[in-house]
Amino acid sequence: MADPILSIRDVSVTFDVRPQGAWPWTPSLKLHAVSKLSVDLMPGETLGLVGESGSGKSTLARAVIGTIPQSGGQILYEGRDLAQMTPQETRRHRRDVQMVFQDPLAALNPRMTVGDIIAEPLITHEPRTPRQEVKSRVAEIMDKVGLLPNLINRYPHEFSGGQCQRIGIARALILKPKLLVCDEPVSALDVSVQAQVVNLLRELQAEMGLSMIFIAHDLSVVKHISDRIMVMYLGCPMEVGPARAVTATPRHPYTQALIASVPIPDPVREAARYRPVLEGDLPSPLSPPSGCVFRTRCPKAQPSCAQARPAMEAADPDRLVACPFQEVEEVLAEA
Amino acid sequence: MKLAQPDAKMLQEVGDLAEVRGRSLWADARARFFRNKAALAGLAVLIGVCLFAAFGGLIAQYERDFVDFSLMGANAYQGSPSIATGHYFGVDIDGRDLYARTVQGTRISLLVGIVGALVAVVVGTLYGATAGYIGGRVDNIMMRTVDVLMSIPFMFVLILMLVIFGRSILMLFIGIGLISWLDMARIARGQTLTLKNKEFVEAAVATGVTPLTIILRHVVPNLLGIVIVYATLLVPQMIIFESFISYLGLGVQEPNTSLGALMSLGTKQMNNGTLWMLFYPLFFFLITLFAFFFVGDGLRDALDPKDR
Repeated sequence: MADPILSIRDVSVTFDVRPQGAWPWTPSLKLHAVSKLSVDLMPGETLGLVGESGSGKSTLARAVIGTIPQSGGQILYEGRDLAQMTPQETRRHRRDVQMVFQDPLAALNPRMTVGDIIAEPLITHEPRTPRQEVKSRVAEIMDKVGLLPNLINRYPHEFSGGQCQRIGIARALILKPKLLVCDEPVSALDVSVQAQVVNLLRELQAEMGLSMIFIAHDLSVVKHISDRIMVMYLGCPMEVGPARAVTATPRHPYTQALIASVPIPDPVREAARYRPVLEGDLPSPLSPPSGCVFRTRCPKAQPSCAQARPAMEAADPDRLVACPFQEVEEVLAEA
Repeated sequence: MKLAQPDAKMLQEVGDLAEVRGRSLWADARARFFRNKAALAGLAVLIGVCLFAAFGGLIAQYERDFVDFSLMGANAYQGSPSIATGHYFGVDIDGRDLYARTVQGTRISLLVGIVGALVAVVVGTLYGATAGYIGGRVDNIMMRTVDVLMSIPFMFVLILMLVIFGRSILMLFIGIGLISWLDMARIARGQTLTLKNKEFVEAAVATGVTPLTIILRHVVPNLLGIVIVYATLLVPQMIIFESFISYLGLGVQEPNTSLGALMSLGTKQMNNGTLWMLFYPLFFFLITLFAFFFVGDGLRDALDPKDR
């Protein structure tokens, strides 16, 4: 098997939060956005990240592209630790790893034309490219993402949400990156446009041999595009495995609850199925529960869950679950 | 119906090749500005005042520093405004042509206002954007410096400077340049703080664009709307400031003059019945200020459509 393009090892990301009205010398509170998370990404593979709001998906993505420093563990890109890269290696990492953002319009500078926006990574990394070539490459990539190249002089506010997201994808792909991080790229779009954008991403991935990290809180979208899925809760991995297996036979109680929350478009089956609904809210990441972070809302919680954080156990080959009481809920398998 | 051959060809070109020119936000704002009648009137008056300041001297019949000794002290009954004598705006108490002096006074006052606004736009915007974008300790130090400078009573310092280093236009420009950018720096910093968390800035960071380029390419163009509005409102403020200094007799020195200095002379002679000495400079002072305010309001409405 090939070496992973991206290897995340025990990565933690914490933010300092100043308590309200604190003295300057009181220590900051630590917000644990991601804690001790490990996962590998193979070249050409798509990893789906799923979880509620506040589960650390976007933070992990920003740590991978290098805009937020990790506070523990290692992020290895092609075997090199992000935190110890030389300036040249950082430049190459910035070039090879690109990101597609959640809010399509906010991710585009309103004062720049679409052509300038798409060309920006190109003129940043290859400043000596002749103007004519920049223009032809912009036109080429616009064509590839399904935009008419004659719209090159338009401004972002003249486009629809789906078109804006295509512009964002074109900007991310113009340098032919190796890894594309998509942070909820479709959650701000209409359902019909969502499908177009997801299919576009799949086609481009197959064509360019991209690796992809795809974040969404919508399981059905993630299932459609991912090879593997990682379910996150409060910064911790709950379950990792092949997309089909995780959605068909979820083993972790949290994954089961997530899948149960996806409605089935059939009223009879929808009414008949067993739905464990999660009570309460996500606990505060400032003081996460001891042991298993999910135990406060888990239907199967035992006293022993508070003792130590459960290790990721291999359930099947390629499948890791962080719960000692895992079992397959057959009722849920239909979803 | 079948299209004629050239028509079909043209359609093909329009559909495939011709690049569509987009409407930028600037173009939108320009259209909104030109629909605003009050702002347009203000702009017209402003252009008129600028033309008067620039070319008004060409039709003056006398040099601004030419003293007509026969009229000195006798201007109340021999030096009233008249086309026939060539003293369009009359003569002042020292027998100098008021028209030529008003032209020069307007020129100096406009210059002071525009220099002050330019310093504010260039220095204040870059300073504020840098402080806001870098953030943290650098931001703290830079903005506390601004706070310290703001807490100094500048009128007092400027008067001391003019007394110590001699009264000159250059000193006046330096003094006005020193204070004008402080407010602008605060405004630019506040706006930058909201801008730097926008996703397009994050996208630029993730691509590896350098901080300086991000400030110049992504932050400043998005600040410019507010900066322009504030600058047009700053110009009259600077003109008033300069007039006040000159009114005190500390600003522009003879034989040069400014609207404030002319008004100062005019008020001193009010009892002599030479009201034109006050009226003409005051007229140009007022219409300039009103025009700037109207243009500023129009620009604010045009650049910030959400606030209407």
